Amino acid sequence: MSRATEVPRVRIVLPSQLRDLTGERPVVTVAAGVSVATEASVAETFQSLRAEYPGVYERIFTETREVRPHINIFVDGADIRWSGGLETPVAPGSEIVVLPAVSGG
Amino acid sequence: MPQTPSGSPARTGDVLLMVGTTKGAFLFSSRSGRGSWEADGPHFPGEEVYALALDQRGGAPTLWAAPGSPFFGATLRRSDDLGATWSDKDARSVRFEEDSGLSLQRIWQIRPGPADEPDLMWLGVEPTCLFESRDGGDSWAPVRGFLEHEHRQYWQPGNGGLCMHTIVPHARDRDRMLVAFSTGGVYGTDDGGASWTPRNNGVRAEFMPDKHPEFGQCVHKVVHHPERPERLFLQNHWGLYRSEDWAASWDDIANGVPSDFGFAMAMHPHDPDTVYIVPLESDEFRCTPEAKLRVYRTRDAGASWQALSKGLPQEDAYETVLRDGLDTDSLEPAGIYFGTRSGHVYASADDGDSWTTVADGLPPVVCVKAAVVA
Repeated sequence: MSRATEVPRVRIVLPSQLRDLTGERPVVTVAAGVSVATEASVAETFQSLRAEYPGVYERIFTETREVRPHINIFVDGADIRWSGGLETPVAPGSEIVVLPAVSGG
Repeated sequence: MPQTPSGSPARTGDVLLMVGTTKGAFLFSSRSGRGSWEADGPHFPGEEVYALALDQRGGAPTLWAAPGSPFFGATLRRSDDLGATWSDKDARSVRFEEDSGLSLQRIWQIRPGPADEPDLMWLGVEPTCLFESRDGGDSWAPVRGFLEHEHRQYWQPGNGGLCMHTIVPHARDRDRMLVAFSTGGVYGTDDGGASWTPRNNGVRAEFMPDKHPEFGQCVHKVVHHPERPERLFLQNHWGLYRSEDWAASWDDIANGVPSDFGFAMAMHPHDPDTVYIVPLESDEFRCTPEAKLRVYRTRDAGASWQALSKGLPQEDAYETVLRDGLDTDSLEPAGIYFGTRSGHVYASADDGDSWTTVADGLPPVVCVKAAVVA
């Protein structure tokens, strides 16, 4: 595949609790979506993460493909709750941050 | 972070007391005299543990736990060395299918199957469903007849969630099983799980306009004794009941208890007439009546109940014992154990006649299971 047709990759910063699934790496890079022809979404990017780092997806998402209630996802600093949810676009070079919420007791 | 536990030192003949809390699991072990206890834990610090079980059917004991992270969800873990090591937390073997519209919230019950089928196990989960494994817990699938039940749309969660907390396989007929969940009540199958029908005749639902609906009751716990498999005892959200016909009908047995509200119920290991409960004052207050911590015991199948308080605090004891917070061991005389939401664990080595403290200061206790290590 030539560089011009490569799917861009984006950074995902993961919390310490998930790093046992990434070889202790706090940041991983995954394909943003499936092709250069379509704009990638958060949902598509996390499917790439699911394929490249088995187990991480299931700890962030429920079986109904929803983000677990006490997990927050940010794209370039913006909480996806207010920027389109899982359909939030992910541009080449974007950074996604996954963080446990300040909640619980 | 708490010290890493090393596993329970329990050996053959010791009592293993498994205590699940909202912040991890603790293992206590004692010689058969049950006079002192050695603690190990917390396992899974920071995670709630609503279900624990010791499965000894395969020879060596297997310890099962269902920790749930508030952030990353529920898991099922096993240990073949009494908690020194645990299986991979990322083996998410208990999951609903992605098109089911359901997602696993919590595992409430771990139930090993009959002794002659060591690979058969069940789980009760939230949202209410029965999961079955036929390979010793390596893989799990929902029991489809229950998963797709036509009543599912009407079942509503209680304060603890829509939880399946009780699994009662019939002691002699492999095709028959009862489950109980809040709220929905008792359901039974006579065909190995293919179909399920409500079994709540006589059990009231104080919170419904019709106090005796076909289903929708908030049953808190059901127990039975394998020597008398048709008989069952039930602690309801308001109401104490006994059935003599495998849940076809239920009779009120709240005779002389300070309240018929409560959560916990446990069966004596050797006597099918003896049952233990911990009554609570009202569904609003949900604490022990008169601020006295008392276990109640019947030795005549509910015709009368006796308060057991020797060794338990009788002043300012505003305690709550939840539905899986009371259990018995299999020794003679029987050991009775319970844990409270304020983090106390008590034990009796004489059928409940007197009590001693096993632990204070634990996180809120949500599960107590006892077993004699084989």
